[in-house]
Amino acid sequence: MEVKPPVPRIPAPGWGDVKDLQEWEKYHQERTDGDKTSNALASIADAIHHMPGGWIVVTSTEKIFNWARSSSIWPVTFGLACCAIEMMATFASRFDVERFGMVPWASPRHSDLMIVSGTVTIKMAPMLKRIYDQMPDPKWVVSMGSCANSGGPFRHGYHVVKGVDRVVPVDVYVPGCPPTPDSLMFGLLKLQERVAEFQNTGRREPAAREG
Amino acid sequence: MTVSEAVAAFREQCGVEPAVDGGLVTVTVPPERWVDAARVAKERVGCLYFDWLSAVDWKEQGLEVVCRVENLEAPVAVTLRTRLAPGAARCGSLTGLWRGADWMERECFDMFGVVFEGHPDMRRILLPDDWEGHPLRKDYAVDTPHAPYR
Repeated sequence: MEVKPPVPRIPAPGWGDVKDLQEWEKYHQERTDGDKTSNALASIADAIHHMPGGWIVVTSTEKIFNWARSSSIWPVTFGLACCAIEMMATFASRFDVERFGMVPWASPRHSDLMIVSGTVTIKMAPMLKRIYDQMPDPKWVVSMGSCANSGGPFRHGYHVVKGVDRVVPVDVYVPGCPPTPDSLMFGLLKLQERVAEFQNTGRREPAAREG
Repeated sequence: MTVSEAVAAFREQCGVEPAVDGGLVTVTVPPERWVDAARVAKERVGCLYFDWLSAVDWKEQGLEVVCRVENLEAPVAVTLRTRLAPGAARCGSLTGLWRGADWMERECFDMFGVVFEGHPDMRRILLPDDWEGHPLRKDYAVDTPHAPYR
């Protein structure tokens, strides 16, 4: 019987192992699997899954986790342009996304969702990427409005990123210039559907287009 | 200060005939007399308010630097224009006359690549420091993809 070498596992970095926040972020970026494989719950679930009949338990716990994830999506408050006004209207009392369990949170460390609301300039893109990297896995991105989708009316400008999916992977695209709060809410409901089907694959899709 | 007095001042000091349209006096000078004409506008015509400075790219005919200053106490405004030689991108700086010219000249350098001689801090103001080219020039390739995000 052939003995396979053990698969090397990169341990999750603890706060004591790194010098400062920048080093922690660098370490975090190098681990392509993100935090998912370092999750103790995931390894326990993996063990249960391989017990006879255990998959029933595992899939139902996945469902419970996904229900919890999809009904408490916290978007990071991150407005770039005029779309941010519509995003704020969506967060405010008239449309009130808190009905869906969404609390706009002023910290990427506690957030699950980034709504890219507006034109991303080449100068802004590194900051956007940095905020995205600071968010813990699992995380989702909604691209809101024509500018974030493709560059929009500024596509032929010299300074505009032609679609935010060149910088971060996007889950839901909301069209409009700017999208009404109703459109954004529809997009967020679509995102909830997507989150409810989230599977712990441990790997993100890469950015859709390169170069 | 009236428009006719302003015209007389420019005719006498700079030796050029200004164009008049209402309260707006347009003075076109060669680049070596750019700062002198601006000094006349400030000290003789009393244009203490520096409005804006920009440039126009006339392709193979070269760049043109345009500047608007105003006298807020009289209905007189002065537009200064100078046509740089084709291929040249050097011009005198007005920061010695108006402090407000500092950032406008930096922006003009950022967008058109005009180097203002005598400027205290001639570097990019809006675009990142590692940006290549000057985007508002006509020969700037706008849709050319560049790494990493275009």
